[in-house]
Amino acid sequence: MKTLIYKHRYLILRRFTQVLVMALYIIANVYGINILMGNLSSSMFLGLIPLSDPYAVLQMFSAGAILTFDIIIGALIIMTFYAIVGGRVFCSWVCPVNMITDLANYLRRTFGFNQIQKKQPASRNIRYWVIGLSLIISFVLGITAFEFISPISMMHRGIIFGLGLGWAAMLVIFLFDLFVLKNGWCGHICPLGGFYSLVGRFSLIRVKHDADKCTACMECKEVCPEMQVLHMVTKESIPVLSGECTNCARCIEVCDDDALIFSIRNKNNGEKNEIN
Amino acid sequence: MKSGVTKKEPISSRRRFFLDMARAVGLATLGGLTWSAYVDEVSASKLTLRPPGALKEEDFLATCIKCGMCVEACPFDTLMLAKPGENKPLGTPYFIPREIPCYMCPDIPCVPVCPTGALDIKSLKSEKKELDINEADMGLAVVDAENCIAFWGIQCDACYRACPILGEAITIEYSKNERTGKHAFMKPIVHANACTGCGLCERACVTEKAAIFVLPREVALGKAGDYYIKGWDKNDEKRLENTNSEHLKQKKDSKSVLDSLNSGMEGLY
Repeated sequence: MKTLIYKHRYLILRRFTQVLVMALYIIANVYGINILMGNLSSSMFLGLIPLSDPYAVLQMFSAGAILTFDIIIGALIIMTFYAIVGGRVFCSWVCPVNMITDLANYLRRTFGFNQIQKKQPASRNIRYWVIGLSLIISFVLGITAFEFISPISMMHRGIIFGLGLGWAAMLVIFLFDLFVLKNGWCGHICPLGGFYSLVGRFSLIRVKHDADKCTACMECKEVCPEMQVLHMVTKESIPVLSGECTNCARCIEVCDDDALIFSIRNKNNGEKNEIN
Repeated sequence: MKSGVTKKEPISSRRRFFLDMARAVGLATLGGLTWSAYVDEVSASKLTLRPPGALKEEDFLATCIKCGMCVEACPFDTLMLAKPGENKPLGTPYFIPREIPCYMCPDIPCVPVCPTGALDIKSLKSEKKELDINEADMGLAVVDAENCIAFWGIQCDACYRACPILGEAITIEYSKNERTGKHAFMKPIVHANACTGCGLCERACVTEKAAIFVLPREVALGKAGDYYIKGWDKNDEKRLENTNSEHLKQKKDSKSVLDSLNSGMEGLY
């Protein structure tokens, strides 16, 4: 039992923060306990600190909206936070869609779908194209384009304010990830994930690989939603430097040889003197 | 080549690059067109009623970040965020007056919480720089004279009584009921300059489906155009002051005027 919890310590923590964030928004809406008011698009922390989704703000800017001071400050706070802890920490520790895609990925592994379809036919760079497209459409139509179809906002808003037909969009993502493309939504298409990949390129908290301890079991690559970032496994003792790493720590948990750990990146991307 | 079977030349990296780029651009165009068609469709809904102080619809759609703080601030649960399947711009706040109208709180809690300014607090200030909900422009009440029972001659003033700016936004017009010969019509008349579009009248209307209902102003109001001038309105008549009235003095012979009226009719008889 103890080892089971230990083996899933980060998963438990992750689910905890995801649910906690959601719960804070819900109690603000339902009971008026205003710790975190609003939703993931924009919120007010303790009725004082504005927080806004920087990608949504970018779309607003591109759509020609006049940005208020509050919104700019809010977006800067969020950007700075994720630039320090790792951009896609949002994806694996906060985003509610993560629970759906993780479930799809889990079922894929248990049912062995991954064995049938080894090579993924789609590029992981689609997400950057989607960012570009969203900004162009926002500019042309004068509307925050991705926010109008975003399943992330849809789901998060849905949980707080009522889902409507939003469940259908969730189902589409689930089925897409389960049957069509492994890690299809989060790993290939989602422009918000792409945006945070760019934000978190130089972030400080990094997963570090120790090649001396590695026994090449490849469990980490099996479980990683962005396995291209683990290219150094078995080869070099360096930290994962790609912004596409979500810091979900599944690789750390799954590694029986302690070859992967969280570390703080130091100035010269050091290979030797890492602070643990 | 040893076996005599010609082996296919691998595509050069230059060709591969062009092929990949063309493919990506093609996909992006396809995706972009579908996407913008959808977004355009969703945002084209004209009948959405917005919270007080909302910017003009097109600016509102660009500015609203869909955070729902106005919804949370509203003490009457009037406001909702559009869900998928409601055919309204997704995630934006709106209200349905027949269900829960805007109760016109004097402190207008929904507006100051808006982080983006999509709900513009400046538009709700009176001349004395104080918040005044009567400045709101959420929509305009429209009476369906065919189905309003007051227009039938039945005595009903539910909407008039429900109006928070009673006597200004809705007044009652009295006229003689010629059919009975001894009763009066008491017809509700909405005045666009005072009506805020709160929808309390629509909520109060006694008919099965409300015979007075709120529409967004752009939908409810007509436009006479610049070429009509109210001679009885001093301000409106001022528009004539600097006009060049040459064409009014110009003499036209009556024959050419008649001809111009009659022209184009030749083939009819």
